[in-house]
Amino acid sequence: MNFWKAVVAIIWKDIRAELRTKDILSSVFVFALLTVIVFNFAYELRVPSMKMVVPGIIWVAISFAGTLGLNRAFVIEQDKGSLAGLLLAPVDRAAIYFGKMLANLIFILVVELALLPLVMIFFNLSLITGPHLLVLFLGTYGFAAVGTVFSAMAVSTRAREVLLPVLLFPVLLPVLVAGVKMTGGLVDGASLSEMGNWLQLVALYDVGFTVVAYLTFGFVVEE
Amino acid sequence: MSEKAAEPVAMIEVRNLTKAFGSKYALRGVDLRVMPGESLVLFGPNGAGKSTLVRILSSLSRPSGGTVHIGGLSLAQHADGIRRYLGVVSHAPLLYDSLTAEENLHFFAGLYNLKKPEPRIKALLERVGLYARRGDLVRTFSRGMVQRLAIARALLHDPEVLLLDEPDTGLDPQAAEMLHGLLSELSGRGANSPGPEHSGVERARTIVTVTHSLERGLSIADRAVILANGRVVFETAAHDLDAAAFRRLYDQYVGGRGAGPAGDGLP
Repeated sequence: MNFWKAVVAIIWKDIRAELRTKDILSSVFVFALLTVIVFNFAYELRVPSMKMVVPGIIWVAISFAGTLGLNRAFVIEQDKGSLAGLLLAPVDRAAIYFGKMLANLIFILVVELALLPLVMIFFNLSLITGPHLLVLFLGTYGFAAVGTVFSAMAVSTRAREVLLPVLLFPVLLPVLVAGVKMTGGLVDGASLSEMGNWLQLVALYDVGFTVVAYLTFGFVVEE
Repeated sequence: MSEKAAEPVAMIEVRNLTKAFGSKYALRGVDLRVMPGESLVLFGPNGAGKSTLVRILSSLSRPSGGTVHIGGLSLAQHADGIRRYLGVVSHAPLLYDSLTAEENLHFFAGLYNLKKPEPRIKALLERVGLYARRGDLVRTFSRGMVQRLAIARALLHDPEVLLLDEPDTGLDPQAAEMLHGLLSELSGRGANSPGPEHSGVERARTIVTVTHSLERGLSIADRAVILANGRVVFETAAHDLDAAAFRRLYDQYVGGRGAGPAGDGLP
C-alpha cells in the first residue's frame, strides 16, 4: 500500500473510533482544564501578576494531559491486540508511526483549541493569535513525535502509566523550556522574530526526533 | 547435470530457530519445512513454544537465532513483502472494538491495498455468519463472534499462508464446526468451494495450526508435529494416523509436561 494512504487510513480509523468513544478527548480535556484551574488557585494569592506564570501553566497542562492521551492511544491498540493487527499488514512500520503520531497530534491540538478560550477567560489574556498558535503547534508536534515512540515502547510493560512520563519528560525538556520562553515572550509583547533561537531549537527538535522515530519505530514495536 | 534430484522448494522453511526471553529459551533450535499446500498442525503442552513460533513466522517477533524463509524469501530481509501473503489468527482478535464488523474489514482491506473489497467483505461476513451484524460495533459481540470476525480478517486478502494459533478459542460447537469446515476447504479437503472470487479456495493454502484439539487438529493435518520445551520432539505424516494412537505418542513424548491436547472429549 502507498505509504501515505496507510497513514491516512490509520488517522481516519483513530478519529472514527475516538468520535464514537471520546475516550481520549474527554479525559485529556478534563485533565488539562483541572490542571489550569488548580494552578490558577495555587498561584493567585502569591504571584503579583498571573502573566508571569501563565506560560508555564499552559505548557504543564498540555504536557501532563497530553501524556494521559498518549497512554490511552496505545492502550486501545494493545488491549485487543489490534497493534499486532497493524503490524501484520504489509505496510511500512514508519507509516504506522506517522498514522498514530498525527492522530495523537490532532487530538492534542483539538484539546488545546478548546482549552485556550478558557485560559483566556481565567487569566484575561489574548492567546489566540498567529504567533501563539504557531508556537503551540510546533511544541505540540515535538511532544507528539517523541511521545508516540515512547508510548509504543511503554505500552507493553506492566508499569506503562508510570514509565511513559518517566521516559518522556526528560527528553521533552528542550521543547517545554522553549515553549514556555516563547509563550512568555509573546505574552510580554515580544515578536517571534525576537525569539528566533528558541524557534529554531523547537524546529530542529521536531525534525530531528521525527527522523529518529522514523528510523527506530519498527524496532520499538517488535519483540 | 546433477544426479541428485532438486529439493522441492518449501513454502515455509525454518532452520535452527531459537528465541530467548532473557535467560529463558522459548525455542531451542527448531527445524521445520512446510511444503506449498501442506497443512501442518503443531501440538504441545503449554509453554512448549508453539505461540512463539507462530509469532516469529508472522514477523511479530524477531528470532534470537536461526533463519526463517517464507515463499523462498528471508523473513529477516523481506518481512514487508512476506506479510502480504500471510493470514494470521491469534489468541487476541486483532480488531478494533469501537469500529463495526464491516468498518474493521474495510480498514484492513485498505491496509492490504485491496481494490473494491466490498464483494469479498460481504462473502466473508456471510461465510462466518456475521453479515446480519455487519453494522454492529465489535464491542457488542460475544467472544465467539469476535473470533469469527478475526477469521474473516485473516482471510480478507486471500493469503497463501495461514498461521492459526488456537483459532477455535471461544467458539461455540457450531462456530467451531464452521471454522473446521472452512479450514478443510482451505487446505484442499472441502467439497463445497464457493469459488475464487469469494473465499478463494480454488487452491490449497499452506496452513500452520496450533491447537489443543487433537481430533480436529488431525482431521485437517497433512503432518503433525509435537513441540516440547522449545524443540520438535516428534513429527509424522498425519494421513492414516488415528487419534488414539497419536495420543499415546503424545503422552510418550511429552509425558507430564503441562496440559496435553484436549482430544475433543478424550480424558
